Amino acid sequence: MMGVAIIVVALTLGAALAVLLLENLLAAIAAASAVSLGVAVMFVLLQAPDVAMTEAVVGAGLSGLILALALRRLGLARLDVPTSGENTDA
Amino acid sequence: MRNLATLLFLGGLVFLLAAITGTLPFGHPPMLVGQAIQQAAKPEVGAANVVTAVVLGYRGLDTLGELAILFAAATAGGLVLGGVQAKGRNNALPAAGFVQRAGTDVLFPLLLIAGLYVVIHGHLTPGGGFQGGVILAAAFFLPLLARPSESLSHIWLSVIEGLAGTAFIALGLGALYNGDAFLTPLFDKGMFGELVSSGSLPLLYLAVGLKVGAELSSLLMRLAHDDGAAS
Repeated sequence: MMGVAIIVVALTLGAALAVLLLENLLAAIAAASAVSLGVAVMFVLLQAPDVAMTEAVVGAGLSGLILALALRRLGLARLDVPTSGENTDA
Repeated sequence: MRNLATLLFLGGLVFLLAAITGTLPFGHPPMLVGQAIQQAAKPEVGAANVVTAVVLGYRGLDTLGELAILFAAATAGGLVLGGVQAKGRNNALPAAGFVQRAGTDVLFPLLLIAGLYVVIHGHLTPGGGFQGGVILAAAFFLPLLARPSESLSHIWLSVIEGLAGTAFIALGLGALYNGDAFLTPLFDKGMFGELVSSGSLPLLYLAVGLKVGAELSSLLMRLAHDDGAAS
């Protein structure tokens, strides 16, 4: 149990770091969703399944979706890194 | 300078929190209300999920406030994002690729069942109206991603949302008619752990689920639709 918790915390912190460091905004959003997923797993380990469900559905699913849609509206949703110069208008 | 100030502030905050938590015995939070509710919830409300008993039975008014907040946020989002009918229809994206369309066709009924299950079993198992409503919204958003030209009717979504909100308040007012406090659970408690039990809590959660689902899918649709205006 403790080992699993430590692994999950490490993954969550790694994903949180990836949100800051990734240059690709879509990838950063995916990493932010992964942070929420890790937190949801922690909630399950702490025996709060209701909160875990909310965290997984809202934090990992809905907020990621809304952020990605906002990126698309702003015209920033590109699969390649913005600084590379080649923009595929997806 | 500002970073330094932020760091100082954070350090102070951590110190204060540590000072508070340092006085508490580790792993034994002083949860007096929680223990009392856990004792009283089963005979009083009759919901197998104590969280639901608190959210809808003891703190129903807070849930109504939560719904109001969500409603205000979705309305504000709709206002900012503007009308879909005006410009969204014309520059809708072409249909997505085969994998996404086929995946949507497979996932849509599964998500629908999962969302409805979570909503209807809110008083028995973890989950409830909010979580299931979001799952329902996601289920109805998937076809929109796969085939952007076909979309749900905003009018119907508004009608469902309004009726669900009205039903929630009507169930609360029904308790007033019986002489109880607002949002006191109505009806017979039934068998503990059965699907039809704990009075009006499943109905309340159904209303919450429909309202949240309609609200969020309408919001997502607005976000997804008149796209291409800015890019």
